[in-house]
Amino acid sequence: MDTSAKPPVISIMLVSASALAFEVLLIRLFSIIQWHHFAYMIISLALLGYGVSGTIMTLLRERVMPHYVTAYIVNGIGFALTIIASFLLVQKLPFNALEILWDSAQWGYLLAAYLLLLLPFFFVANCIVLTFGAFSEQIPRIYGFDLFGAGVGSLVLIYSLMFLQPQQVLLLISFTVLIAVVVAMLEMRTDYRLTAVVIVVISIATLLMLPKGWLSLQMSPYKPLSQYMQVSGSHVERVLSGPHGVVTVLENRQIPFRLASGISLNNSAEPPTQYALFVDSDGPSALTRYDGDRSKLIYLDYQTSALPYHLSNPARVLILGMGGGSDILQAEYHDVGNIEAVEMNPHLVELLQDDYADFAGWAFLQDHTRIHLSETRAFLAHNQSTYDLIQMSLLDAAGASSAGLYALSENYLYTTEALGLYYRRLQPGGMLSITRWIKVPPRDALKLFATAVTALREEGVSHPENQLAMIRGWNTSTLLIKHGVFTAEDIRSLQQFCDERSFDVAWYPGITDSEVNLFNAIDKPYFYEGARALLGKSAAAFIDDYKFSISPATDDRPYYFNFFKWESLAEILSLQRRAGFSLIELGYLVLVFTLIQALLVSVLLVLLPLRFVPRENNAPDRPYIAAVMLYFVLIGLAFLFVEIAFIQRFILFLGDPVYAVAAVLCGFLVFSGLGSFTAPFVRRCCRINPVVLAVTGITIVILASLWLHPLVFQALAIQTTAIKLIASVALIAPLAFFMGMPFPIALNSVSERAGWLLPWAWSVNGFASLMSAIVATLIAVHFGFTSVMLLAVLFYSLAALVFALNLTKQVHSDSVNASS
Amino acid sequence: MVLSPLLIKKTFTSKWGVQFLLCMVLVMIASAGLATDEYAVMRENMLKEIGAEARLTASYIKKSAFDERVMEAMGNVPRHQFVPEEQLDNSYKNRPLPIGHGQTISQPYIVALMTDLLEIKPGDRVLEIGTGSGYQAAVLSQLAKEVYTIEIIEPLHQRATQVFEQMGYANIHSRHGDGYYGWKEHAPYDAIIVTAAAGNIPPPLIEQLKPGGSLVVPVGGAFQTQQLVLVKKGDDGKLRTRQVLPVVFVPLTGDQGQR
Repeated sequence: MDTSAKPPVISIMLVSASALAFEVLLIRLFSIIQWHHFAYMIISLALLGYGVSGTIMTLLRERVMPHYVTAYIVNGIGFALTIIASFLLVQKLPFNALEILWDSAQWGYLLAAYLLLLLPFFFVANCIVLTFGAFSEQIPRIYGFDLFGAGVGSLVLIYSLMFLQPQQVLLLISFTVLIAVVVAMLEMRTDYRLTAVVIVVISIATLLMLPKGWLSLQMSPYKPLSQYMQVSGSHVERVLSGPHGVVTVLENRQIPFRLASGISLNNSAEPPTQYALFVDSDGPSALTRYDGDRSKLIYLDYQTSALPYHLSNPARVLILGMGGGSDILQAEYHDVGNIEAVEMNPHLVELLQDDYADFAGWAFLQDHTRIHLSETRAFLAHNQSTYDLIQMSLLDAAGASSAGLYALSENYLYTTEALGLYYRRLQPGGMLSITRWIKVPPRDALKLFATAVTALREEGVSHPENQLAMIRGWNTSTLLIKHGVFTAEDIRSLQQFCDERSFDVAWYPGITDSEVNLFNAIDKPYFYEGARALLGKSAAAFIDDYKFSISPATDDRPYYFNFFKWESLAEILSLQRRAGFSLIELGYLVLVFTLIQALLVSVLLVLLPLRFVPRENNAPDRPYIAAVMLYFVLIGLAFLFVEIAFIQRFILFLGDPVYAVAAVLCGFLVFSGLGSFTAPFVRRCCRINPVVLAVTGITIVILASLWLHPLVFQALAIQTTAIKLIASVALIAPLAFFMGMPFPIALNSVSERAGWLLPWAWSVNGFASLMSAIVATLIAVHFGFTSVMLLAVLFYSLAALVFALNLTKQVHSDSVNASS
Repeated sequence: MVLSPLLIKKTFTSKWGVQFLLCMVLVMIASAGLATDEYAVMRENMLKEIGAEARLTASYIKKSAFDERVMEAMGNVPRHQFVPEEQLDNSYKNRPLPIGHGQTISQPYIVALMTDLLEIKPGDRVLEIGTGSGYQAAVLSQLAKEVYTIEIIEPLHQRATQVFEQMGYANIHSRHGDGYYGWKEHAPYDAIIVTAAAGNIPPPLIEQLKPGGSLVVPVGGAFQTQQLVLVKKGDDGKLRTRQVLPVVFVPLTGDQGQR
């Protein structure tokens, strides 16, 4: 190649931005058409494309490098085409995640999905690693543009999703890559620039002129939206798309919806006309007609969640997670004078207050109802008001998973810290009411009870048993936490409420064995026995021995929905063929399974090229190769450990997970990019080993953050989002800056030692990064995010040691040899 | 397989060809008989598997085996007639199967369990909400006098009705439409099975259940039944429900619950 050529850094920036946007978008797309757990597994393994690229380039380097420019362009075009082609082909596969434990053919479809989605990542990784190889002396600069582009990509994606549908964004990403190819040709002054521009313009125009619907999403027929669509008379009334998900409004005049969860069998009233609302094809929740006649809402008084209204007459009610507004109507039925609701999805608010305001009777509600567009925890941290009732019904709020990062959903709504916060926002005598679906044997109901007991103790309540009550119907349970002791009159009202609706009592102060398990009989009174055990002295032993994980979730281990226990796995698997499928906690197992697959492929593909690399005189010896591998594994693991743990912390601080993830990711990548740009200067100017310097910086900032973050978060809790964002960037910048250095410095060093080491180290790092996200989640589930951060410090320190002892010395001596 | 018109013409005009055709017809008849036998063997194995499961879940169903009549009904109904062609090989496996339109045919063991829980007597009238493949209705038709079944997805209703007609299930009456109001003209029912419940059980169904009758609702998504909810209407009209887990799984061991 022409050595006077310059690296196509602007093009690199564009393809990196596209790659990150594509990755996050894929998770959004798969969450709509499939299920989140499998979306995560497919995409994690598709990211093997980065590692595979390194392996292939290690083997073919000698043949490909002389044709760098052509190879870059071919891979760029390959990336642009496979972005769309792979997705379309994967949609055609008859993969059904729900059948995976029943039908072995599904594993074949899953493998095909991995392989198809691996292609775009393979092509983009080739573009980057080829450029590193062609301009190895400029690695930190190129890597800087790579990171900077990825950072900007995460923001641009969220921005695009505000105006375009996800499949349109997919097209936009593909166009961006085609433009990046042309930019590369202009940057490298290739001969056929004009032709390329014409071809790209024609390609984009052709794609835009294709008949409507060629890129439409094909949902799994088992997603709730698909199933409701099958019912005669169903049709889509409206679709609203945004970064918080795709909201679909379904209407059916032929066979009306009657959506009301957990209604007592003693209810005889039919709900009024409803629309069914779906977010990302999941749901539905009901948007119900209200004409000012409260008597038509009587069916809502037959839900277990209506209990608190029978124990007191709350004047001020806060509803967490508005959904379609059923809980607002329940409060309206009970003539509450001041209703407030918190909802994070702007489209749901829009539907109730604007688009369907007449239907939903907003005119009858608006003088005494206020809706806050906010995330629940952030709203309560920001707002110091207190309420007579805080109501949270069947709310499975989106965590980072909706932003598409992890297999197990983090949830900050049901942690001990969250329950403590809700408790502090209650008036004396006020109540917090939380309703969950019934699962037999009980899982989340008991985990919630255990969390409430711990939260009350942490709030200084010495007898939590006097402030808790739990009831259950045939498919929902409601937990009440009172700011004060339940009185005899409260208990009489509770008993009467349950009697009239055939609900069972599971706990209240003074409950006796003869009162439980009467109306909705289960094999044993598990709910009552569990509640009693959790309030007793042997609560810890009960939690330990219980076959599902029901220990309280905390902000450091925010996995409320993970009930998996290794001890029960064998027994549950043996029941799998016997209708025991629903006992299997798939989320955790999918994560472990993904890790095993990734590990096997990685080990194979990392070790394979070592058999074929050139063995000239000055070839690096085995200890050196082992040190390179160890170093890149360590920093690959550590980088994402820190990034993931920080994202978790900032989600709580910033509120909205979708924007928080984008902002934190962007901050991390952009400042890491700056760190990478600066690395060569540090290397030249400092007498200290640059990796040691960077790791010292990382260690100091991480350890300081453990102490500093809670203080800053508390101090700024009531500030505006803009101030919080500025503070977040200020807290992230120094850490990210140092974290941008260890990779390019070492990559540059090892490429000087032997050319093939560059793509090989890239592949090692690629595989380690892929596994890092999975391992971080597994560690967080068991030990919490603080442990993840401390482990990252350990890994970085070990990496610095390896670099100082093995990699620096040899580079240094080599350069001395070369100069002599 | 596609045969060329020329080959067909030659076959019919040659003596050897006619003999060959006769042989082919005989082979086809034999293989059809063999297939039926194969299905009978598969059905027999399915019954054995269901029986074994019933013994394992004895503590839940409060008896060591399903009612003999239920097992007999399961043995009489050719399940393979109710599954899509591509699932024929799986039709007698103890697993749920996709039947199109986002719906499934339940696992045979769950069908047997639900049928057993309803305690159907020969003179009973049974209502089913959610016909699906029609298999559950066919099993019920073996035990009850009349079965009324309603389906909200039109193509499924049409397919199931066609199978009922072909198989001669004269005591199954099917309808396409809204199941919320039940089928008032034939009420009250001795037993009701609601396989299409969306978080609530429609009050008209409870009204159409006879005192002393049972209603069963499987709870869970496609391909997984979490639990069965059995509603019993007492002679006094009062309702009691029972949550039946389809597998034996005790979350507590020993006396932890008592601590």
